Amino acid sequence: MKKQRMVTMVAAGAATIMALSACGGGTNTSNNSNNGGGANNVAAPNAAIGKIFNPSDKKGGTLRMANSGDWDSLDPADTYYAYSWNFIRLYGRSLMMFASAPGPDGAKLVPDLAEAKGEHSDDLKTWTYKIKKNVKFEDGTVVTSKDVKYAVERSLDKDSFPNGPTYFNEFLDLQGYTSPYKDTDPDKLGLKAIDTPDDNTIVFHLVKPFSGFDYFAQMPSTMPVPRAKDTGTEYKKKVISTGPYKFESNELGKNFTLVRNENWDPSTDPNRKALPDKITVALNVNADDIDNRLQSGDLDVDVVGSGVQPAAQAKILADPQLKNNSDNPLAARLWYTNINGDVAPLNNIECRKAIQYAADKTGYQRAYGGNTGGEIATHLLPPVIPGSEKYDPFPSKDNAGDVDKAKEALGKCGQPNGFETNISYRAERPKEKAVAESLQQSLGRVGIKLNIKSYPVADYAKLYAGKPDFAKSNSLGLMVFGWAADWPDGFGFLKEITDSRTIKPAGNTNFSIKDPGVDAKIDAAMSAKDDASRQKAWVDVDKAAMDTAYALPGVVAKGLYYRPKTLTNVFITDGFSEYDYLALGVAQ
Amino acid sequence: MLAYIIRRLIGAVILLFVVSLVTFAIFFLVPRIAGASVDDLASRYVGKTADATTTHAMAEKLGFTDPLWEQYGRFVKAIFAGADYSTGPTTVHCPAPCFGYSFITQNPVWPDLVDRMGVTISLAIGASILWLFFGVATGVVSALRRGTVFDRAAMGVALAGVSLPIFFTGLLSLTIFSYGLGWTAPGGSYVNFGDNPIRWAGALILPWITLAFLNAAGYARLTRATMLETMNEDFIRTARAKGLSEGNVVVKHGLRAVLTPILTIFGLDLGILLGGAVLTESTYSLPGIGKYAVDAIVNNDLPKVLGVTLVGAFFIIVANLIVDLLYAVVDPRVRYS
Amino acid sequence: MAGDVAVPSRKPDQAFLDVRDLRVHFPTDDGLVKSVDGLTFALERGKTLGIVGESGSGKSVTSLSIMGLHKRGTAQISGQIMLDGEDLVAATPERVRELRGKRMAMIFQDPLTAMHPFYTVGQQIIEAYRVHHKVSKQVARKHAIEMLDRVGIPQPDRRVDDYPHQFSGGMRQRAMIAMALSCDPELLIADEPTTALDVTVQAQILDLIVDLQKDFNSAVIIITHDLGVVAELADDIMVMYAGRSVEYGTAHEIFSAPQHPYTWGLLGSMPRLDRERTERLLPIPGTPPSLINVPDGCPFNPRCAFKDLNGDLSTTERPEFREISPRHFIACHLSTEERQRLWTTEIKPKL
Repeated sequence: MKKQRMVTMVAAGAATIMALSACGGGTNTSNNSNNGGGANNVAAPNAAIGKIFNPSDKKGGTLRMANSGDWDSLDPADTYYAYSWNFIRLYGRSLMMFASAPGPDGAKLVPDLAEAKGEHSDDLKTWTYKIKKNVKFEDGTVVTSKDVKYAVERSLDKDSFPNGPTYFNEFLDLQGYTSPYKDTDPDKLGLKAIDTPDDNTIVFHLVKPFSGFDYFAQMPSTMPVPRAKDTGTEYKKKVISTGPYKFESNELGKNFTLVRNENWDPSTDPNRKALPDKITVALNVNADDIDNRLQSGDLDVDVVGSGVQPAAQAKILADPQLKNNSDNPLAARLWYTNINGDVAPLNNIECRKAIQYAADKTGYQRAYGGNTGGEIATHLLPPVIPGSEKYDPFPSKDNAGDVDKAKEALGKCGQPNGFETNISYRAERPKEKAVAESLQQSLGRVGIKLNIKSYPVADYAKLYAGKPDFAKSNSLGLMVFGWAADWPDGFGFLKEITDSRTIKPAGNTNFSIKDPGVDAKIDAAMSAKDDASRQKAWVDVDKAAMDTAYALPGVVAKGLYYRPKTLTNVFITDGFSEYDYLALGVAQ
Repeated sequence: MLAYIIRRLIGAVILLFVVSLVTFAIFFLVPRIAGASVDDLASRYVGKTADATTTHAMAEKLGFTDPLWEQYGRFVKAIFAGADYSTGPTTVHCPAPCFGYSFITQNPVWPDLVDRMGVTISLAIGASILWLFFGVATGVVSALRRGTVFDRAAMGVALAGVSLPIFFTGLLSLTIFSYGLGWTAPGGSYVNFGDNPIRWAGALILPWITLAFLNAAGYARLTRATMLETMNEDFIRTARAKGLSEGNVVVKHGLRAVLTPILTIFGLDLGILLGGAVLTESTYSLPGIGKYAVDAIVNNDLPKVLGVTLVGAFFIIVANLIVDLLYAVVDPRVRYS
Repeated sequence: MAGDVAVPSRKPDQAFLDVRDLRVHFPTDDGLVKSVDGLTFALERGKTLGIVGESGSGKSVTSLSIMGLHKRGTAQISGQIMLDGEDLVAATPERVRELRGKRMAMIFQDPLTAMHPFYTVGQQIIEAYRVHHKVSKQVARKHAIEMLDRVGIPQPDRRVDDYPHQFSGGMRQRAMIAMALSCDPELLIADEPTTALDVTVQAQILDLIVDLQKDFNSAVIIITHDLGVVAELADDIMVMYAGRSVEYGTAHEIFSAPQHPYTWGLLGSMPRLDRERTERLLPIPGTPPSLINVPDGCPFNPRCAFKDLNGDLSTTERPEFREISPRHFIACHLSTEERQRLWTTEIKPKL
């Protein structure tokens, strides 16, 4: 009797847990297309994709944000997270910025601190920006080109700011310069790569031609930093603002509060609405708790911007009311699998093609949670990146794989009965494990036998799959991976995973695509001068890389975002593939 | 007695030394055995696009290129004598006890630890008082009313308490009491006791209760079992034969004898809890040692890992010492020399 | 009332403790355990009654019933326990508690486990005294030291602060006696008071009990499985078997002319130091009966060598507990002649 009661109690508990995480049916696909204007304040799924939901110009209120983890750094020189770059525009102004606009418009660059887009020399190695007059720091000091130069200088110091991007280190003509902190020049003028002929002009000198420099100019590293206020690694505790908000308090690792910066002049800034009076951000908050609070109205924004947790996702999809308050946009992130040409017989393109044909992409998609988790990809460049073109060199019915074509390719490769190789994934990622298992099954249909191996996520690129020696000696023929763009542009997405010349002995991001033809196309794209030809050139890189069959695209990621009723002026921007934090207001 | 304490304290210092050495070894030796170079280690602390030069510079900055014993020596020296760190434009002094600067956030570890210890201690003390009181009380009543509805209900609830994970009960309690009824503060609203005692208690009341619920269950079961055993002891019959009231028999004679095993478990539990209540802190977004430890380990942040490991070990060692000393107070048969 | 039941006692009318038809039954899952099943006896102040029997014969249950130490709800107690005219069976638990320790006290078998290990001997005696006397701790402490002195503990003013584990076995039992006597009880029950002690200490403790009884003029019940213990100090002896009294008589009668085969068995299994042992000890064959299924007829019949001398009477009819000579009672079907013959010809020579 007693035993029975206990069992009942445990069963009841288990049932509760299952109910909370029950899988809901019903999914919804959408493109991030602009559906046109008009008042839009009726809650519906994806109501904030491609258009502004609940538009408002009303100022005031407190915007409450929470982060399940913590920033890499609040210092503009030392941050690399997409959400951080989205958020940092609230307290900093870089030379260029992504427009605060819904859908594809949000992926367009507009001048911020600069008066206009950069002017380049014919060889694309010199870029000049004019800086707006009367932009001030929060203490009232006027921002000059020297403050921008200093900001870029200090961002070069990777000892102090290891997290930030290294584009300036790679592209600027440094001539051995490493850091303003180690500058032996008495006037601290050791860096010759940046000129400031006057307070409103800044000139960048590059070592190699690059047509997309405006994208560099939107990085937080160009947000001005006054040399006198720079405290190096301590600067993140008190960042000097140039944006509409400044730090009122900042407890590292716990929380911080932004309030209006009185020295921000809206007349110099057409891009920022600055609706809330105050923005509070809580750090290291339990991720599931964040989802609950978004739904209960106790929180406005999950600042990490990667969507809700699995528990909340199931709940939202199962409840039409909740689903009306959710958006499910595509991201500039691709989940794909590298096919390693170093491992025989994959050095033969026909064997790689056999894998491309045999793979069942619907299984790949299921691994990432079906339609809500992502859209099946047939090429590398995600559709939210401007100019991206659909390309499917290895088509199959319903994306379920083409066994006949695969067998044909195997025959051409001289392996008519298939072959055996290993597939690696990141041990902490169950979705990648599911991918490996799905591929094991679908490739097994044509006799390609996969042995599954897993490696820790922290060292995946540095010690295992991303270390060519290791991958070769351990016969990692397939390596499950994923990639997100630093910014929505062909260069930002493709360069790091397709350029064979950047492959290092360890710590790579490009595990497999080694092809001189692709490299040449990259060079062409880097020198294409206007937007249209540049976009076209990167599509060429995409297609060329696909034709080598070194990469098996899986799905383009989608996130499920909950849109609290407390927010106004909500939309997903393709600039960051999350809600645009510059635009948000608070319902009052 | 004093000699005993001194001996134990010396043992504690040696143990902390060994713990730090082992942590150090795990951190540096294990990856090396796996074939990682010094630069591979450093590559965890550089940005995702860092090149070999940057990585090597980071290895030098973090001191990985020095012999291991030298790195360890620096670590020990910093604890006792402090150390200097470069922020880039300037150098700051990290006064003793200096546990170094985080590899990731470049913040000094010790002030963070002290700050977070306050949270964890607040959580642990409050919860432990609750669970000790309610757990023992429930256990005693259950034992005395063995087989009654109360006993069965209490033990059923206790089973649920032990079985239900804290991230479940925690989130459930937040949903009901914070977001549903609005009675308690939401997660992550912790303030220091010194700043605002009422908000401090408000932010901790749910974590206290949830954590106490989890632990009280164990104490109730332990107390019940021990109490049942004790109440059959001869000395309980003697106490009754003297004509003592049943209340006195239970409290003065029964409970007094039950305290010893409870004290043992309690000391260990409290020590472990003070080293970080990982799940509770994560669930309620409390910035305590446990959350700090998880971040440290996930990020391979050695100075932080060393810091939390030593703090955790310290609390467990101290809790054990106190328990052992309390034994002598509780049980006159125990004597130390 | 006293007239219709034969009450084994010296002077029934003056009895301080008067137990009548006491039944203590424990309901269990296996059935009803009849630990004590119709026990009647009486005892006056200044006298000592020895209750003798094997384990499970109901001796300890009887003493615990008198003290009211059975848990409510677990034991079904009926009959009467008259303590100085007051029925303890019918009294409220609270009333029995007031009497406990004050008018009746008990000494237990193992003084080590019977004393609380975490309190000093003094604390435990003081507690016993202060339960029933509203006095300050100082007064109670003085009293405790006096009591320790009285039971023969050297340097009592110092030993009063010692813990039980710091006492030797004999000392502990002396301390237990001091604690039991601290309120000057009129009835003292000693349950196997010497079983856990060294042989050399046993005699000292027994002497102490005898001495103190004289001083306090209390009624004493000594419960033991060892006839030797009660031989010297009991006035009367009651032999119990399967929850009942099978023989009752003066100590002299029981030792010189025992009438019940079970008593013979007990005597036969008793080592005697006062004379040459001629043969091996004679243990009673078989084991004590289950108290759930007590054998029909005489409960001793499965172990009795003489049951066939009564035809089938021993297995069918329960022998009446009757007075066979003044103040000598037995429950046996054997005729007087038969018993005399067996005792003189078969039993006595072997002892």
